[in-house]
Amino acid sequence: GSIDSTIRCWDCRSRRPDPIQVLDEAKDGVSSVKVSDHEILSGSVDGRVRRYDLRAGQLCSDYVGSPITSVCFSKDGQCALVASLDSTLRLLDKETGELLGEYTGHRSTTYRLDCVLSEQDTHVGSASEDGNVYFWDLVEGSLALSLAVGPGVVQSLSFHPTLPCLLTATQGQVQLWREETFQPE
Amino acid sequence: AAESSESDEEDLVSYGTALQPLQEGERIKKPVPLQEQTVKDAKGRYQRFHGAFTGGFSAGYFNTVGTKEGWTPSAFVSSRQKRADRTILGPEDFMDEEDLSEFGIAPKDITTTDDFASKAKDRIKEKAKQIAGVVAAIPGTTAFDDLIGPSKITVGVELLRKMGWKEGQGIGPRLKRKPHRQKPDPGVKVYGCALPPGLSEGSEDEEDEYQPENVTFAPKDIMPVDLTPKENVHGLGYKGLDPSQALFGVSGREHLNLFPGGSEDTSNLLGDVRHSKGRKLGITGQAFGVGALEEEDDDIYATEMLSKYDTVIKDEEPGDGLYGWTAPKQYKSKKRSEREVKYIGKILDGFSLASKSSTPSKIYPPPDLPRNYRPVHYFRPVIAAGNENCPLRKALEESTGKLESDATQQSRHALNASQRRERLGETGLKGPAPSVLEYLSEKDRERLKEVKQASEQQMKAKMLPQQSRSSRFQPASPDDASHKWQMLLGGQLGNAGSSDFKPFARNPEKQKRYESFVKSLKQGEKDTLEHYLDPSMTEWERGREQEEFFRAAMFYKSSNSTLSSRFTRAKYEDDVDKVEVPRDQENDIDDKETAVKMKMFGKLTRDKFEWHPEKLLCKRFNVPDPYPDSSIVGLPKVKRDKYSVFNFLTVPEPTTSVTQVTNEKMQQNNSLNKPKKPSRWDVSDKEKEKKDAISEFISLARSKADVQQQQSPVPATEECGAGLSETLPTEVANEDKDQEEESRPSMDLFKAIFVSSSDEKSSSSEEESDEEQQPTTSVINSETTKEVDLPDTSSSNVQENVADTTDPGVSLLTASKQELDAAEEFGPKLPPAFSSGRLCRLLVRKEKHRKNREKHKTKREHKHKKEKKKKHKKQKNKGKHKNKKSEKDSSSDTADSSDSLSDIDTTGLSPKELLRR
Repeated sequence: GSIDSTIRCWDCRSRRPDPIQVLDEAKDGVSSVKVSDHEILSGSVDGRVRRYDLRAGQLCSDYVGSPITSVCFSKDGQCALVASLDSTLRLLDKETGELLGEYTGHRSTTYRLDCVLSEQDTHVGSASEDGNVYFWDLVEGSLALSLAVGPGVVQSLSFHPTLPCLLTATQGQVQLWREETFQPE
Repeated sequence: AAESSESDEEDLVSYGTALQPLQEGERIKKPVPLQEQTVKDAKGRYQRFHGAFTGGFSAGYFNTVGTKEGWTPSAFVSSRQKRADRTILGPEDFMDEEDLSEFGIAPKDITTTDDFASKAKDRIKEKAKQIAGVVAAIPGTTAFDDLIGPSKITVGVELLRKMGWKEGQGIGPRLKRKPHRQKPDPGVKVYGCALPPGLSEGSEDEEDEYQPENVTFAPKDIMPVDLTPKENVHGLGYKGLDPSQALFGVSGREHLNLFPGGSEDTSNLLGDVRHSKGRKLGITGQAFGVGALEEEDDDIYATEMLSKYDTVIKDEEPGDGLYGWTAPKQYKSKKRSEREVKYIGKILDGFSLASKSSTPSKIYPPPDLPRNYRPVHYFRPVIAAGNENCPLRKALEESTGKLESDATQQSRHALNASQRRERLGETGLKGPAPSVLEYLSEKDRERLKEVKQASEQQMKAKMLPQQSRSSRFQPASPDDASHKWQMLLGGQLGNAGSSDFKPFARNPEKQKRYESFVKSLKQGEKDTLEHYLDPSMTEWERGREQEEFFRAAMFYKSSNSTLSSRFTRAKYEDDVDKVEVPRDQENDIDDKETAVKMKMFGKLTRDKFEWHPEKLLCKRFNVPDPYPDSSIVGLPKVKRDKYSVFNFLTVPEPTTSVTQVTNEKMQQNNSLNKPKKPSRWDVSDKEKEKKDAISEFISLARSKADVQQQQSPVPATEECGAGLSETLPTEVANEDKDQEEESRPSMDLFKAIFVSSSDEKSSSSEEESDEEQQPTTSVINSETTKEVDLPDTSSSNVQENVADTTDPGVSLLTASKQELDAAEEFGPKLPPAFSSGRLCRLLVRKEKHRKNREKHKTKREHKHKKEKKKKHKKQKNKGKHKNKKSEKDSSSDTADSSDSLSDIDTTGLSPKELLRR
């Protein structure tokens, strides 16, 4: 994903410098790209989530409105979590584009902040510009946890794919968060 | 008896050789029969009487010297010693003795030489001998040569001689006349059993005075020469069957051979001796056979045909009865002479009149001169334009037939190309479009026209009050307009409005009016302009139309003469004209906007397109190609007019529509947004765009400084604190800089500022941002933020913040200012936010507050919804339509809540309406 409003696919095997396909449907910079086994999910600043389904040969474009900062698939591959600059996270049904959940409370108006889904798809997390990391219950939509990470904007956020383990980045520091019961060996 | 025997013995004469007395017991030899006797040559070799060269192939093969293979090749002899002995071998060297013998190929016996051979062979030698004999001392000695010479004369010649023939004479009976007078009189026809030759010739003899009667001459020995040139490709002497002979009643040549007529006389001219010779004997021809001494047997292939004979006795011509083949020659050839009469004069020797007249050469008539052509050119007196000598002009007019209508166009140099073209009567440039309008498509033209009319109307509307103010009772007086336009157009209109330009082609009546209007305009009739306008129209309409016409005329003028002469229409469909645009566009987002606002995601917000992934991409994803047959990659495209303005105008900007979420926000954003596509990636960019190059320069320098800051090992918080502490001293400088920015100083000044030390730069930039933050934060502070989780931000927290940095994980109370600073240092290299960006954010926040207020009210409902969602998630695998239902329920729930209703009403769309969609 590029700020020139394209998504470029390179073939790593052939080592060709030029991309094999350029997806230039976005009208503005592409802020986030996620790839599943047969899909390319992209969020663009033009306020659209585009899902390129290679298997079906389809492009699904969902209008969210606000510039999208981050997208990610749910672990079950049925939903897409979309973070946008209107300080809202939305859980969209991948197939129909319907809204399954909306999560607010954090602040994301300026920066490209990450959003995550927990390893069990139980919670939805997002970084915030207020230095916290917020976690919501996916189903309830209620705020479950706000984790004060630092004074500045939490730039990046990443959840372990299988373990309850969170990685945050803020102000030149990368922090690893584990559950309270965790005992390091 | 003894005595008698003795005497007998003596008397006996013996002949031949006695046989050998037979020996006792010896058998008598049987003589060899003749057929068994073999011949031997002199050398005792059997059956060989000729050499290898003499005997032909078999001899060459069987009787060759030595071996079967042939002559023995000569052995190699070294030339070292026998260099001089090399001899040139002739054929004789290879010959046998037999070849050289009497009967061989090269006999070496004594033979008669030419001197003794027959003299009949060589005539020239004979003549030379005769001359020599005459000249010789003893004349007549050569006469003995004949006696001495061996008789080698052939039998035929000998017989001829005995008959009285002498060499040098022709063969045939002796003639009584001179040879050159031998040709028969063509006038005398010999037919059938002709007169005996004696009679006919006797008559001739009478004419010849000086010829003794008893002297006859031998016929001349002349080989007849055939002088007819060979013009065909047939073999020599070939004569094909003449088709005219085969036809009945047509007399061929053979016929005339029998009866030599007029056509023969040309050949007679050549002195056909043979002819005369043959004819001398009288009647000749196939039917009578050929005489022994005649040479007439050459024509053995001549065929006798019945058509050669007359079968009908034709009516005789009245008159002298000299008609037909018996007619005298002169009579017969009358017709021919008629033709020959054409040439009167002496025919040169060796020349003859052509039998065929040459085809007359074609004569072309001279061109017709124009009726009023005068062979002498005269110059017309030139009359200056605008001269008042009318009588002269009139006279000229009469003389030339017409007078130039426009005096100003007298000088041809003053004309432009189109005027000259008109004068020359050439047709106008058909190819190039007369106006740019033609290049546009019909639809575009329409739209353009609409736009134009709309703008005109707007202008009118603007002008109308002014005019009504100035002139009360005449709203849009056409006179004023026309005068104004005429002033504008001036004389340029002269060439405007030729027939190719039809701006009102859609309205034929109007077009007609326009044309007459232009015509009148061209002629300069200012007052009559209105006559061409539709009288049924209202005054205002007429005025408007007139103005429209003026505009059109002007437009045409400017485009036609300048453009049409320079451009030519493309001969081939040009692909450059078309541009590929995606077939399916993401449709307008106004509806989506409202849908999003109502949280009705799904069908309303979704666009589905056919998308063709690259084959290799599919391969790498390990996914079968969904469109294995298609060659397209990406979205299917369609070709559209490239130069269609509306291709690009209709694309709605998502940013502007996004900002419609709230009215105030929209207004603010609209004022901020550029008409060109703004990237909303960072809000501050909008501000940056406003200040173009210079601000870009500033931001560039700033980002550079940021990089340097990031490289610095000092912790961010400390730096932040330091920056804050430095705020006061550098404040003045910052203000200066701001002023500079506004007044746009020269780049050198900027360089002087920014090329200085990085510390100063960084601090100043920070200061600037801090300074800008001050009002924002204050505004934020002034607002009542009721968000539960969001901590109140205050500028007073700065000091606390510095202290708190030691424990970054716990510090919840981070000032927004601080956070912004951090963002500048650690953000993804985003250009620093300007005040406008802050403002925007501020507005967003404001909106958020309001939303939060709403949220409290709708919290209950939200929960309800969430539960639904949960349920729905479980049911997902069962069916999607149910999903919608649940959504509907939730939306109806929202509709129930009165608070949200008011919110929805701002969009102007009721939820039910939305649902119906």
